[in-house]
Amino acid sequence: MNMMSEAAVEKALDRQMNDISYKMIGKDVSVYYGEKRALYDVNLNVRENTVTALIGPSGCGKSTFLRTLNRMNDTIDGCRVTGRITLDSDDIYDPNIDVVELRARVGMVFQKPNPFPKSIYENVAYGPRIHGLAKAKADMDAIVEQSLQKAGLWNEVKDRLHEGGTGLSGGQQQRLCIARAVAVSPEVILMDEPCSALDPIATAKVEELIHELRTNFTIVIVTHSMQQAARVSQRTAMFHLGNLVEENDTDKMFTNPDDQRTQDYIMGRFG
Amino acid sequence: MSISFLLLIIAVIGVAGYLFGSWRANALAGGKLSSLHSRPGYYGSFVAIWSILPALVVILVWIIASPIYISSTVRGGFPEEVKATSQAEQNLAYNMIGAISRGLNTLSAQEREAMFQDSATARTVLAAKGVPLAADPAPYMLTSADDLNRMTQASSTFLSILVIIAALAGAFLSYRAIAPKFRARNRVEGVMLVSLIAASSIAILTTVGIVASMATEAIHFFNMVPAWEFFFGTTWDPRFAAAGATASAGQFGLIPLLAGTLYIGFVAMLVAVPVGLFAAIYMSEYASRTVRSIAKPLLEVLAGIPTIVYGFFALITVGPFLRDISAQLNGLVTGNYASFIQAQSVLTAGIVMGIMLIPYVSSLSDDIITAVPRALRDGSLGLGATRSETIKRVIMPAALPGVVGALLMTASRAIGETMIVVLAAGVAARMQLNPFEPMTTVTVKIVNQLTGDLEFTSPQTLVAFALGITLFAITLCLNIYALYIVRKYREQYE
Amino acid sequence: MSQVSTSPSMAAVGASAKPERRDIGLRGRYAAERRFRFYGMAAIAFGLLFLFLLLFSVVSKGYTAFQQTMITIPVEFSQQIIDKNNERATNPQKLVTANYPVVARNALAKVLGVSEDDRAGLKAVNGMISDSVRVQLRNLVTADPSIIGTTQKVTFLAHGDLDSAFKGQIDLSVPETNRKVSDKQVGWMNQLAESGALSKHFNTGLFTNGASSRPEAAGVGVALIGSLYMMLIVLVLSLPIGVAASIYLEEFAPKNRFTDLIEVNINNLAAVPSIVYGLLGLAVFINFAGFPRSAALVGGLVLTLMTLPTIIIATRAALKAVPPSIRAAALGLGASKMQTVFHHVLPLAMPGILTGTIIGLAHALGETAPLLLIGMVAFVADVPATPMDPATALPVQIYMWANEAERAFVERTSGAIIVLLIFLILMNVGAILLRRRFERRW
Ligand SMILES: Nc1ncnc2c1ncn2[C@@H]1O[C@H](COP(=O)(O)OP(=O)(O)O)[C@@H](O)[C@H]1O
Ligand SMILES: [Mg+2]
Repeated sequence: MNMMSEAAVEKALDRQMNDISYKMIGKDVSVYYGEKRALYDVNLNVRENTVTALIGPSGCGKSTFLRTLNRMNDTIDGCRVTGRITLDSDDIYDPNIDVVELRARVGMVFQKPNPFPKSIYENVAYGPRIHGLAKAKADMDAIVEQSLQKAGLWNEVKDRLHEGGTGLSGGQQQRLCIARAVAVSPEVILMDEPCSALDPIATAKVEELIHELRTNFTIVIVTHSMQQAARVSQRTAMFHLGNLVEENDTDKMFTNPDDQRTQDYIMGRFG
Repeated sequence: MSISFLLLIIAVIGVAGYLFGSWRANALAGGKLSSLHSRPGYYGSFVAIWSILPALVVILVWIIASPIYISSTVRGGFPEEVKATSQAEQNLAYNMIGAISRGLNTLSAQEREAMFQDSATARTVLAAKGVPLAADPAPYMLTSADDLNRMTQASSTFLSILVIIAALAGAFLSYRAIAPKFRARNRVEGVMLVSLIAASSIAILTTVGIVASMATEAIHFFNMVPAWEFFFGTTWDPRFAAAGATASAGQFGLIPLLAGTLYIGFVAMLVAVPVGLFAAIYMSEYASRTVRSIAKPLLEVLAGIPTIVYGFFALITVGPFLRDISAQLNGLVTGNYASFIQAQSVLTAGIVMGIMLIPYVSSLSDDIITAVPRALRDGSLGLGATRSETIKRVIMPAALPGVVGALLMTASRAIGETMIVVLAAGVAARMQLNPFEPMTTVTVKIVNQLTGDLEFTSPQTLVAFALGITLFAITLCLNIYALYIVRKYREQYE
Repeated sequence: MSQVSTSPSMAAVGASAKPERRDIGLRGRYAAERRFRFYGMAAIAFGLLFLFLLLFSVVSKGYTAFQQTMITIPVEFSQQIIDKNNERATNPQKLVTANYPVVARNALAKVLGVSEDDRAGLKAVNGMISDSVRVQLRNLVTADPSIIGTTQKVTFLAHGDLDSAFKGQIDLSVPETNRKVSDKQVGWMNQLAESGALSKHFNTGLFTNGASSRPEAAGVGVALIGSLYMMLIVLVLSLPIGVAASIYLEEFAPKNRFTDLIEVNINNLAAVPSIVYGLLGLAVFINFAGFPRSAALVGGLVLTLMTLPTIIIATRAALKAVPPSIRAAALGLGASKMQTVFHHVLPLAMPGILTGTIIGLAHALGETAPLLLIGMVAFVADVPATPMDPATALPVQIYMWANEAERAFVERTSGAIIVLLIFLILMNVGAILLRRRFERRW
């Protein structure tokens, strides 16, 4: 943990909270894989009901940061996180916080679509089922339908809910994974390059979907493509070599960035 | 000349061929090696191969053909009344002639003379030379034995000449073939490739050998005992006949043996599957790297321990322990300290076999579980599932086909296991359901029927092959099916 | 792992201030998690417990087999008993058939002060001496007949029962009639032990002797030679054949039906019950080809066929692990395919191949069932001179002794198992070291 006193942190947080509503606040976040340091004191806040895009050359620590937000790093041997990350003012690395509950509040969609080898219905019902969110079959049916609808997949699969989820096309699979995450009704959805394995048409659909999800969810999305960041996000954060270079309104970021490195990256000088 | 001496000669010719071949290639190149198609060593090897291979083929053919030829000639010379007897008796006579002929070689000229005068003395004379005969030989046997010796001698001389000619001719012809443009390397590599292919077809030959040999003997058996009596018979009582006696009736019902095999295998799987699966799950999903690096090899030690050691463990430790503990239990409950578990029982054999199988289940399942892509695991954990939920609801269902394949392979091992059941299951072929009583298995009976005197004409011996081919068929089906499932499974995640 | 532990505190979750927090059944789910984890640990503990029990059972029963109780006393080679009428010059048989056990018995009786006409006493004395003394004294006398009439200090084996008693394996609180050594014998034993005439020595006989019906004289020496022959045969045959087959399948074989068949075949052969190989050996090598029964040659051939699939599978894995770039480099320099494989790929794969071979050999060394069928369950007391002579093998010897009920044979059996396990451990450690030493990360 950092050396700042608890009181000072609280004060700082309060001040920020007054201006804008922050869903998650990262303070001096550093991540180590064994001896190797992957993130250097990142301070990044995630605004509520906003799409925040993380951009930067590959290997700069975007995924690593994303994973700290729902502690998926816990599953990696030898990975260590320092600093402070809060979700609605709860420190998510506090020993009293439960990862299972945290991940139920902060869902995740991965780079490669990873539907379970189960039916479409069961894929979506998986989260609500383990968390006991539906008491009756009818409730579950409703959750599944709503989630698929939110993911824009309902019309395509409503007649084959009980067929395997792995039989769908890549874009459909990814939207199924989004529906699966949505079904748990998380507060935040993390997406790690959700479109990198998809063709342009499927990508467009997912982007559209992200746009709609913003009204109900806070979204953090890692993306490789500048255009995508510009299309879907309101805020953009630029990483480089494990450092957060700049965090700004997306519009400003792409027209008039504060940092030279951001400019270079956006102009395609490295990356 | 003995075969080993012949081989030595061939080897010498081969080495000489190699040296001459390389030397001649060098000479032809005249210091400019690049004018040769191949390096000189290849020319040498080419000559060596042609010196050795044909000679070896000659020896091989001879070894197989000459005893057949000699035997049929000697048998052709039998008196008519002997030819009229059964095949078995003729075999007996021929074996005796073989013994006499060996004895004859040890005799001096006078002893020989004396023996030919009076064939009745043959047995004692030969016994003194360390060649015991089962009975007094008939007079014709002595002459036949003499013929046999003469033919063997002639055959050996003939072979020696033939082999040396073959080796020298091969060497000479191949030596003559050497020329700068001659593609020696391609020829040598061709021979190498053929021998590589020959080596890999040994695998096929083994299978063919297993099936053919067991099928032949099993067919002999089914000529004496109807197949349906074997496959559907419920009594096993082969009644060991005295050696040489003709097939005395006995009952060869497979069912009780099969029942015992399956019952013991079932108990073993009952132990091995939960323990092995949970061990695999713990090691692949929970254990820290240190725990894994210690526990995994230790469990695999269980797989390296010979089954005879497990058998002894069952016989000396587990069986008596179960017997005594059952007596104590019985005493506590009823006051009667009689044991209800026998030392040799389905339970004893099953438990110990189960322990033996734990590492098979765990290492096969470990492979299968780790083959489940990490993405599925992350997907589930990312939704807030606990680890056990992830394992139970995502990983195990995904791994199920592979695990089933692994379990089938384990089951086939349980069915074919021999030493544990030989020592711990008992020999009584009974059909019953009490796991505390002894039962016997197919493998135990194969061992029982084949230790001691063998009589390849009696059903008591031959039944072992019928049992063997049954066992082979069952395990083969299980394995092929299991391999098929596992292959499919792996393809799915590749 | 992250710096923060993942295990939650239930109390804190329950006390959380957020009112809209959903109840997702954490308490029950974590209980299930702990249960599941416990099952896993229990399973591993169960396996390890039995490994420990098995080894403990064998070692605790067997370590005493490495020591043997011996009696060292002056023995008078009495002319009276060995060759009363002094006819050994004319009848050499005399020295072979003489009653040597009596010589030993009288010597011991003299030390213990048992009178010549106390028949019961003499019988008890006789019961303390191993029958193997007959052969031992006979060999001494036939080697040097001049010792007849002299007194020599001789060390011979105590009877198996006395050996057990001296090692404390016989419960002396059992009524005298129900045990194999009498109180009188135990008294004598203690008396001899005190005087130093009776003591435990390292049991060299265990490693040099052959089968014997007397446990104290039985050893695994002959079986070890049989096993050695077989291992040599297996090594000499299966390594080249296995490597050749693997090279063909991995490097040359076109992918077609036939090679597919070989592939499936090899995988299946690896899973065929070992006893089936015994049947194959019996039918083909003994009944058809006419090789002698009980011969190490047949055993070696059978074990070779059994080991081949293991070696082929290991070799193919080792060849596969050699990166294609090596092949490409060699081929690019103009080497033929054959040269590439034999000069570049094979040497790199050698550690893996040897490791697989050692493990295959270790398996073959412990294999019993097929050897029973080809008649190696034989009482073989003499060292087989060639692989064609009747022989037995270490695991078969263990099997035969396991069937003997006598206490001293339990000790022998366990001792032989320890010997077998030590060989297996050495081989496996060798394989591990080899792998460590040459392990390459591409
Ligand atoms: N599991 C891991 N173990 C070790 N190092 C890792 C691991 N994951 C990522 N890294 C390292 O951390 C750095 C950041 O990786 P990552 O966050 O995946 O980058 P990005 O997603 O921006 O491409 C990289 O240098 C990478 O090599
Ligand atoms: Mg990434």
